[in-house]
Amino acid sequence: MSVRIWSKIIVFVVVIGMLAGVGAQAQFSNVDDAPLSAMTVPQGQLIQPAELAGMLKTSGTERPVVFQVGSFVMFQQAHIPNAGFAGPGSQANGAILLKKLAAPLQKSQLIVIYCGCCPWGRCPNIGPAYKELRDLGFTNVKALYLPNNFGDDWAVKGYPVERGE
Amino acid sequence: MRMIRVLVLLGCAITFMPRGGMTQPTSNLVERPAPQFVRGDLDGRQIDLKEFRGKVVLLNFWATWCAPCQIELPRFESWQKRYGAKGLQVVAVSMDDGEAPVRRTVRRLHLAFPVVMGDAKLGEAYGGVLGLPITFLIDRNGVVVTKLKGETDLEQLESRVKALVAR
Repeated sequence: MSVRIWSKIIVFVVVIGMLAGVGAQAQFSNVDDAPLSAMTVPQGQLIQPAELAGMLKTSGTERPVVFQVGSFVMFQQAHIPNAGFAGPGSQANGAILLKKLAAPLQKSQLIVIYCGCCPWGRCPNIGPAYKELRDLGFTNVKALYLPNNFGDDWAVKGYPVERGE
Repeated sequence: MRMIRVLVLLGCAITFMPRGGMTQPTSNLVERPAPQFVRGDLDGRQIDLKEFRGKVVLLNFWATWCAPCQIELPRFESWQKRYGAKGLQVVAVSMDDGEAPVRRTVRRLHLAFPVVMGDAKLGEAYGGVLGLPITFLIDRNGVVVTKLKGETDLEQLESRVKALVAR
């Protein structure tokens, strides 16, 4: 097959991939209003539930600071022990609260953010919260990869949770 | 040429990678009486679930920031119009933290069925609402017959609704 045909195939596949990737923004009439998709978080900055669960058992500098960047109603039902409620990353009040919580931390502190409100590609909160922390100068930010939601990918699997505020 | 093949495979992997959230019927609460609740809806009406006994209830947990929910809600509104006379009652529970965005969305989507505000207590009563959307189908006897989590296959769900209202 010629290089030209291969090039056309690549362009086609990439365009389809991009169209599929903007699914999280589908409900917004104006693309400029749509929050950043969780798909914008670099692959290397994702952390898997089992890895985070292991890190929560450590102490000192290895233990990450965890922020939930989703809704308070969900946080009240169940959240990762000692996680701070930082508010929905896609909303202005969430960005303000996240900034406030992160202010006392060192820029090199390992921070793990998570939401789990919706399937990963549909989550409106992770992308903006990740960008906010990076823009504030934090260099060690990771996002907990929850493909379906917090219930199925964390709580149901037996990882530790706390209730209430 | 080898590099091109790698790029094509990478593109395919990105395009067709599973994005999660497929319909996952679960046994939780299924075949059990639906947990009762009484809540005021956005119009100030008291919504008492047990008053819908004798009807098929589609109980949907949603939020304004949940993208799949925005797709489902207009469909539920159309089902309410189509199957309401046959005994379907849609009730939506918003898991938003405040009412203002909920009112805006209800207006934007022209939702006429009751919408109530949820909280952690109601979420826990329904087995924990730790991801959206979640939809329950409750039969005319008040028993949960289906629980669907994540992005729902709406054709499949409509078939279940039709079967239930036909009983």
